[in-house]
Amino acid sequence: MVHYIIRRLLLMIIILFLVSIIVFALVNILPGDPAVLLLGQEATPQALAALRDQLGLNDPLYIQYIHWIINVLHGNLGYSLSDHSPVLNILLQKIPVTLELTIISFIIALLIAIPVGILSATRKGSIWDYISTFGALSGISIPAFWLGILLIYFFSVKLGWFPPSGYVSPFRHFGQSIFLMILPAFSLGITLSAELTRMLRSSLLEVLQADFIRTGYAKGLLKYAVVFKHALKNALIPVLTVSGLQLATFFGGAVITETIFAIPGIGQLIINAILSRDFPVVQGTVLFMAFAVICINFLVDITYSLLDPRIKLGEVSK
Amino acid sequence: MQQATFNQSPAQSKTTRPFLKLYRAAFSRLWQNKLGTAGGVFLLLLIIAAIFAPYIAPFDPSKQDYSAVLQGPSAQHWLGTDDLGRDSLSRIIYGARVSLKAGIISVGIALIIGVPIGLLSGYLKGLWDELIIMRITDAMLSFPPLVLALTLAAVLGAGLSNAMLAIGLVFTPNFIRLVRGQVLSQREREYVEATRSSGISHFRIIVHHILPNSLAPILVQATLSVASAILSEASLSYLGLGTQPPTPSWGAMLSEAQGYLEQDPLLAVWPGLFIFLIVISINFFGDAVRDMLDPKLK
Repeated sequence: MVHYIIRRLLLMIIILFLVSIIVFALVNILPGDPAVLLLGQEATPQALAALRDQLGLNDPLYIQYIHWIINVLHGNLGYSLSDHSPVLNILLQKIPVTLELTIISFIIALLIAIPVGILSATRKGSIWDYISTFGALSGISIPAFWLGILLIYFFSVKLGWFPPSGYVSPFRHFGQSIFLMILPAFSLGITLSAELTRMLRSSLLEVLQADFIRTGYAKGLLKYAVVFKHALKNALIPVLTVSGLQLATFFGGAVITETIFAIPGIGQLIINAILSRDFPVVQGTVLFMAFAVICINFLVDITYSLLDPRIKLGEVSK
Repeated sequence: MQQATFNQSPAQSKTTRPFLKLYRAAFSRLWQNKLGTAGGVFLLLLIIAAIFAPYIAPFDPSKQDYSAVLQGPSAQHWLGTDDLGRDSLSRIIYGARVSLKAGIISVGIALIIGVPIGLLSGYLKGLWDELIIMRITDAMLSFPPLVLALTLAAVLGAGLSNAMLAIGLVFTPNFIRLVRGQVLSQREREYVEATRSSGISHFRIIVHHILPNSLAPILVQATLSVASAILSEASLSYLGLGTQPPTPSWGAMLSEAQGYLEQDPLLAVWPGLFIFLIVISINFFGDAVRDMLDPKLK
């Protein structure tokens, strides 16, 4: 186990190093002058030369990368071009907002996926199974921005149950904060719930064929006890993995959801930064997202092995 | 049919019959999958509509008519008009062109880059494959796909061509991994050993023997990726980094319609509905193709 964790950590460091190169390359290697990218086509030659000098763009590329990565390792992700505040500070303000949205979306996804997945698997081939399978595929296919717009139309414009946008910190007003998050979290959680439903259904169907389930029935246990106490516990392990691996997709969904519902999280931050060409913020945010995804994947791998002792990590990693 | 069979030489019938049987069985499996067939038929209709858009669309999609702004469905404008009086049906039909083009070209880019790298990586193996190619794909897969596509599109500049390039680059690591995995499983098979021992060049072994035997999962993945690419293009256009006006794109149409939700909610329904229908059709069709090609279901 320790050997595996060390190996996995080393691998993580290599991937993080490559991620940093890609993020650096996004702005510095692709065609175009970063100074022009930052100041725009209408900038004067003097302003461009001054910025190139200030950013060290006249140095060789590897020197620029070394300077940049040393700053990143010291927690300096650069400064926003729009308000000159440190990118790290901006990120630290936005992360809790996206975290709240992610947690509530995840809860909604589980609240939908677990009962529907169980119903679908325990009544395989029934009308409920067909409805849930069709619903899951629809959930995966529905564009998040369309769902968001439809939710705003029905629940805000037509029924007036929820405000169409807005955000309040849970530390300021917990109830109001959760209330404002319901529509966006539902919009974001529906795709994940569809993925989880499919996963739980197939996983549960496999577990229900296992010998220990037959033994449970032979012992005279009720179907309820067999499914909920024995099968579900085992079937949820791959679902946990999928949930962790979905984090990357979740961040993508958060960009759209936060834009539609005007939630001031990292999704909206990166969109605004891209549209205003604030590349230090874009670099910092993308780097943070990739870092979060890599760390979560690492934790999922470790948790996976702890939950299921049959899994031999050495073999899995191969 | 019987006559044809009688006329064949025994050797010929032995070689052709199993293939015919396989194809028949595969297509009957596809036909039996009702949702897959429905998805395929819808896609075919949409492709026809996209190709013949100038003949099918009732109006010029860019033609503005300020006397018919934000009108609901009518005999003249079946799906109504937008805020500039443009015919929504015509824009939906022309928008299908953009979506299909974006989906197919993006996946094409990912295939062109991903398949050769995956083939070489899996066939040659070694340190450069384990340490460089696989770790680079790991690194690229660590980025949220939409965020990476957005950033690339922003750096390259807004527009459909750059959006397709960005989406294609984001999808590439998936194909590298898939093809590499296929090659790794094929390269140890006996038929590859046999061709290798007969002195055939590595290039011929890869292109003429390993690639054809790895095509089925690549085809399925490519089909399903078209759906994701269409969604990604619509998302980029919705956020203003994909197709630029006045070219009709479903994502951009939805973004424009959002401002008129109270006056004309249907304006936001059509483009979203068509994105949903095309994506679910491709998913149904892709699943059916997977079932069709899966030898375990024979």
